[in-house]
Amino acid sequence: MKFGVIVFPGSNCDHDAYHVISKHVGQPVDFIWHRDTELSSYDALIIPGGFSYGDYLRAGALARFSPVMNAVKKFAESGRFVLGICNGFQILCEAGLLPGALIRNRDLHFICEHIFVRVETSDTPFTNEMRPGTVLRLPIAHAEGNYVCDDQTLAELQREDRIVFRYCDQQGNVTDSANPNGSRDNIAGICSRGRNVVGLMPHPERACEDLLGSSDGRDIFRSLAATLAAVA
Amino acid sequence: MKAKVYVNLKKGVLDPQGKAIQHSVELLGYSGITDIRQGKYFEIALDSGLSETAAHESVSRMAREVLSNPVIEDYRVEIEA
Repeated sequence: MKFGVIVFPGSNCDHDAYHVISKHVGQPVDFIWHRDTELSSYDALIIPGGFSYGDYLRAGALARFSPVMNAVKKFAESGRFVLGICNGFQILCEAGLLPGALIRNRDLHFICEHIFVRVETSDTPFTNEMRPGTVLRLPIAHAEGNYVCDDQTLAELQREDRIVFRYCDQQGNVTDSANPNGSRDNIAGICSRGRNVVGLMPHPERACEDLLGSSDGRDIFRSLAATLAAVA
Repeated sequence: MKAKVYVNLKKGVLDPQGKAIQHSVELLGYSGITDIRQGKYFEIALDSGLSETAAHESVSRMAREVLSNPVIEDYRVEIEA
């Protein structure tokens, strides 16, 4: 199985993602420059965090027009796996691969801290090694992580079990005080209707080594590796 | 010819920046403010050979596809000869 990490001008978590795939998942991985359009040799893509195009216009808005994004759309439509982390989640929403949008945090601050999220569904390629209700401690680092969508989209996400992660307290209670950025329904991550595209604001790739304060992020990559091994 | 595009958050979408600005101006003593919403404004210089209708159509498409995010924002286009 082969992984690709997409690199836009301004991506800055690309090396973290690369490191985790090569060291903890133990699989071959390439950096893919945003001008490349050939993705046929890959099984899974990571759209990493950062500030693509300086967050100009809206976070993720300009990255959507990079040549690679048409190829990413086709890649996703073919059922292969795409994980968007932080800015990657914002890009997937702007590109219409995931519904909703991410706006300025409720309190306007850039928030950089460890938070807790609850795994809401095991039914995605990125969470199938975890039980629903599992609490993960992961770092967030964003100013625009406040997830918004209309009532109809929210109802659809709930009905179709597509809310993948919710902000919660250490015990797993989903409360407003555990919601760092004001996201609707405490949403920290969602998946596409086909369940193969997942976006989340927290950074699991920065939480794969105890030295970094948490290794809970590994379970997400372990799930993906298990999915790919089952498919192969 | 010039196009002006105004992009604003849709009604009902929380605008934390607008709220913070409102709070600050109220602290300065400005009274009677019931709400402040922050938006974006674009000035686009256009080839004078374009017809006003063609310009409006082209800039509206640009506003819909790029300048605004239809999930959270509305836009308005004005063309000036």
